[in-house]
Amino acid sequence: MSHHIVEVKHLQHIYADGTVALQDVSLTIHHGESVAIIGANGAGKSTLLLHLNGYLTANSGEIRIGDFPLTKKTLPEIRRTVGMVFQDADDQLFMPTVFDDVAFGPFNLGLPVDEVKQRVKAVLEQVGAAHLQEKPPYHLSGGEKKRVAIATVLSMSPDILVMDEPTSGLDPFARRQLMGLLRDFQHTKIFTSHDLDMVVELCQRTIVLHKGIVKADGPTLEIFNDDALLAECRLEKPLSMQGCPVCGKGR
Amino acid sequence: MHMADALLSPAVGGTMWGVAAGTIAYSSMKVKKELDDSKVPLMGVLGAFIFAAQMINFTIPATGSSGHLGGGLLLAILLGPYAAFLTIASVLVVQSLFFADGGILALGCNIFNLGFFPAFIAYPFIYRKIAGSQPSRTRLSIAAIIAAVVGLQMGAFSVVLETVSSGISSLPFSTFVVLMQPIHLAIGIVEGLVTATVVSFVAAARPEIIRAGNDPVTPGRLPLRNVLLSFLAASLLIGGIVSWFASENPDGLEWAIAKVTGTEEVTGTEEGVHTILASLQEKIAFLPDYSFKQEAAGAAEGENNVDGPEGDASGRLGTSVAGGVGALISLALAFGIGFVLRRRQQFA
Amino acid sequence: MRSIDGAVLDLKRLDLLATGDSVIHRLDARAKVLTTLVFIVTVVSFNRYEFTALFPFFIYPVVTASLGNLPGGYIVRKIIMVIPFAFVVGMLNPIFDRELFVRIGPFAITGGWISCASIILRTVLTVGAAFILVGVTGFLSVCEALERLGTPRTFTVQLLFLYRYIFVLTEEGARASRARELRSCGRKGLGLASFGPLIGHLLIRTWLRAERIHMAMLARGFTGEFHSRQVSGFGWRELFYVAGWSAVFVVLRMENGAQWMGRLVTGVLS
Repeated sequence: MSHHIVEVKHLQHIYADGTVALQDVSLTIHHGESVAIIGANGAGKSTLLLHLNGYLTANSGEIRIGDFPLTKKTLPEIRRTVGMVFQDADDQLFMPTVFDDVAFGPFNLGLPVDEVKQRVKAVLEQVGAAHLQEKPPYHLSGGEKKRVAIATVLSMSPDILVMDEPTSGLDPFARRQLMGLLRDFQHTKIFTSHDLDMVVELCQRTIVLHKGIVKADGPTLEIFNDDALLAECRLEKPLSMQGCPVCGKGR
Repeated sequence: MHMADALLSPAVGGTMWGVAAGTIAYSSMKVKKELDDSKVPLMGVLGAFIFAAQMINFTIPATGSSGHLGGGLLLAILLGPYAAFLTIASVLVVQSLFFADGGILALGCNIFNLGFFPAFIAYPFIYRKIAGSQPSRTRLSIAAIIAAVVGLQMGAFSVVLETVSSGISSLPFSTFVVLMQPIHLAIGIVEGLVTATVVSFVAAARPEIIRAGNDPVTPGRLPLRNVLLSFLAASLLIGGIVSWFASENPDGLEWAIAKVTGTEEVTGTEEGVHTILASLQEKIAFLPDYSFKQEAAGAAEGENNVDGPEGDASGRLGTSVAGGVGALISLALAFGIGFVLRRRQQFA
Repeated sequence: MRSIDGAVLDLKRLDLLATGDSVIHRLDARAKVLTTLVFIVTVVSFNRYEFTALFPFFIYPVVTASLGNLPGGYIVRKIIMVIPFAFVVGMLNPIFDRELFVRIGPFAITGGWISCASIILRTVLTVGAAFILVGVTGFLSVCEALERLGTPRTFTVQLLFLYRYIFVLTEEGARASRARELRSCGRKGLGLASFGPLIGHLLIRTWLRAERIHMAMLARGFTGEFHSRQVSGFGWRELFYVAGWSAVFVVLRMENGAQWMGRLVTGVLS
């Protein structure tokens, strides 16, 4: 296993209607890192994520995942390596029951039925959703959906977890539960989020995207202390790093 | 214009099931072979979209009453004929199971009436021919209205044929036609207008969506035409057989059962010997078949004491009273058994 | 017109019933689908003037619903909602068919009234059978049964996708329609002018969602094939279930059970 697990070089993406979503993005993510990609709406976060498992093809630039460059030939292997959790769990949970959904990936990998069943069971236990196995997705709560969505990806035993807005739309308890879950994962983790407090808690490193380029890349706390940068990129300091407006005490 | 189980005879319902199943099988094969994987979720979600859209009402211009989208033509424009047909069929399956729109046996009829005509006739031969590839707003509206009207007229006529050949409703053919066609002319115009509004809105906002539907299967290509012709031939043939059945043996199944078991002969010879046989005979006398009101039928059936409508009416009194009492008893019995079963389950 | 929210709740309720556990629920779905078909075909195979002979057929829905622990009141209410439609259709019969059928005292009953009553009864039986099938089987299992009875996979996958996203899209549709109603301030501002864009927007969002779903499928190695585990099997119990009920239906079809019982009680038979 190489030391750099994700390598993006001079990535550019222009949509069919002429919108330049990514101008020139380069970044390297190392094995076991937990990285946040933040930025205003339209900064190119989602476009970048969609390149990481080859759903979108770059206009120019190069992507390497692990030991392979991303090409048509390596695509199946890369899609297994990069587990992608989408923002809206309803898009991810398309099968009739939780079991079928979690088993979807392993079946596509061509695993035998017994092993698929084992994996599904193990993964659902890991995310605390073993009791939901036979339920259809539309009878689940938001937090349950999110955890099952993560399970659908974990069941393919990916090396890298990519998550788009993992905490959006969750109530405080479900959010807390999810963050606890994510913290325990040993995978390399890449998040996009507007939940900057989550970023502070879960990610050592933060990359700021602004208008399709990497505006900053460094330790999370350092970035959130750079007020000028945050203002320029339409961001703000996480609440947990601001002084308390009621008692006046800082962190 | 959903057909209902209650108005169908098994012969008509079964035939239309066969036709619908065949078309579904053929379309599935076509879709699997010709469309790419991304159409799989698209068809499913668009089916759900039609389902949701049908529940949103609008005020029909100049009438004040409210209507809703049918969606057959819209799906054909978005997905092409085969995928659209499958999508409409899937919506009808869910409606028949969960909302009693139509029924399980009537499903074949409904899939054919509401799916086949818009997808395989109205869209390729009317809409595409009139609209062309880059239609103006007016041209698109005209194409949509004419296509929707033709599709619905055919569907409505098909409902009439199916109902009349089933022989459960007493509505005469001509009256039914006069009732159905004008109503569906109005519905068709509204459906066309709505389809055109939605299509032009989407064409302006996301042109690639409307373009996507144009590509998959080019209409008017030889295979499609062949298919259409063979389907038409098949339905004419089947229609012919069904109507022959309906006229010769008003109740195909009853006739078939009688043939198979030889019931008629049995009662004819051992009449009134045994109580069960007696009541069987009564049953046949009570309602020999559709033509029981005609004296000729009575005469032909010989021993079944069917004299004529008037003379028979009083004679039927006894049977009817017994039947009525028996109906109540059997109902009570059914619910009684249900009650006992329920109690037992609760204690188990 | 039914409200969207009401329809979705109703769908969810019927769907949840199928998660129950009973003798009937545990049967293979194919057995239940086949039996329902045989039931419906037998019921509609009576000629239009048959009325009393239909009553004994209630034994099937009542017994299945009871063994399946379905809430009777709910099923009955669902059926009652359909009766008005059947009545409208059936009402045409007395108008066109005025032939005297039977005279009870001073009352002359025409064939039209008999066939109208027959249509309503048929509706109750067939509609009830469909609801009960879903209630004791569930849509997913019905689809699985259809597939194992020979329906092409493309179509059953379509049914499953459709069903899955009905819950998502009806909620989206309900939100959009609620927003429009609230802003039309009770006026009849619900015309075509606002309907087109509303549906159009819904359609575009639907399209984008389909693209995202496809993305999610590809991300998990989708290559065009769906795999499934087959849970249940068609055993002796299923065979017995289908054969038993079919026998009951055929006997009730051949023999007017109501007539028979009525005679037994009224003693008309000697």
